[in-house]
Amino acid sequence: MSALCGYRRPAPGTQPSHLHPAYRSSVLRAPKQPLIYLPQTLSEITGPSITRERIDPKACDLTHQHAGEPLGERIVVSGRVIDEDNRPVSNSLVEIWQANSAGRYLHRWDQHDAPLDPNFSGVGHTRTDDQGRYRFLTIRPGAYPWKNDYNSWRPAHIHFSLFGPAFATRLVTQMYFPGDPLLAFDPIFNCTADEDARQRLISAFDWETTTPGQALGFRFDIVLSGREATPMETPQSHR
Amino acid sequence: MSRHATTSQTVGPFYALGLEWLCCGDFAASDVPGERVVISGKVLDGEGGAVPDALLEIWQADEHGKYAHPEDTQNRPLHAGFSGFGRVPTDDDGHFRFGTIKPGRVPGPGGRLQAPHLVVSVFCRGLLRRLVTRIYFPGEESNAEDFALSLVDESRRQTLIAKETGKEGALAWNVILQGPSETVFFDVGV
Repeated sequence: MSALCGYRRPAPGTQPSHLHPAYRSSVLRAPKQPLIYLPQTLSEITGPSITRERIDPKACDLTHQHAGEPLGERIVVSGRVIDEDNRPVSNSLVEIWQANSAGRYLHRWDQHDAPLDPNFSGVGHTRTDDQGRYRFLTIRPGAYPWKNDYNSWRPAHIHFSLFGPAFATRLVTQMYFPGDPLLAFDPIFNCTADEDARQRLISAFDWETTTPGQALGFRFDIVLSGREATPMETPQSHR
Repeated sequence: MSRHATTSQTVGPFYALGLEWLCCGDFAASDVPGERVVISGKVLDGEGGAVPDALLEIWQADEHGKYAHPEDTQNRPLHAGFSGFGRVPTDDDGHFRFGTIKPGRVPGPGGRLQAPHLVVSVFCRGLLRRLVTRIYFPGEESNAEDFALSLVDESRRQTLIAKETGKEGALAWNVILQGPSETVFFDVGV
């Protein structure tokens, strides 16, 4: 086996700490012991690949999963998945889930007093193409109240889950909408020290993907860890 | 110009909506060769309370210590029907349970093989980033020379090793997010 390169560690301030007291759920769930630094091995630089056969080609359209059309503002959410060196992350699974236009999730624990939409489940997946591009057609999610503090509201967001090429590149994040007044008050959005890193979680309104007469376009590019320039030490390189 | 990886955000309480479709209780189909194990346990918070909204993801090699991944170019056979990936949620009582095969030893640093292990990501509401840990196997002599275990203080090492339950092939392993018996979590990157 030739020498393998690991994946880069995050730049300071660009990823949240586990404990973020303003986000109350982190208080009893964030570990208190320091994490143990583990050099990446074959176990971390390999990772799962969800094969093409498992992908439902219709799962990228969240507006046609039921008999009727969902209520709300139709939007196209698209972008590229790239690594820190601008290389496309191709043929990789992207999963999303979200609230409906009234701010209600189709989940038995969501007790928000807002209507469910029988025509909207709020779940989708797709695979990036050879250029790392993905595209979903969905409904703009609503904001909703949550029990973090007195009168807490989550800004409208879509959850994203990505694998990339390795265990070390796994990422779950949330996409927000430009100009949302709730962003300034949201402890989850504000969990990261680096202002630019926070701003990159906000999608951009995009004329290019806005479909005439049908849907507004929002662009959200996602960056996964890039490769180290120097090969890691491998057993094979010692032979 | 190089960029920075996108900031991680929590899966939140309703992740099942989006991620449940890939959940599966048995990661290895019946024709996949290898020693069968069933691993079960609980995810617990800092007050010992059950975490009913956690998700575990497992990544592992096959019985020969080979990963189903193009960058594992070891000259070893690979069973085409085994992806090495599993995803399992906790239930209302914070329990999880999955069946798989015990992996073989895979290469580690310094030209030495690692002890058989599963790599694990833990996601839940309250975790802004996933937690990464490993599951090792009880009674495995190679645990004594495993490089990752050797990075861990001996008093905490047992949190990474599943326990025998007395029933053949049935192992117990818990994820304790906080507290005196807190599980060891590793920093592997994002």
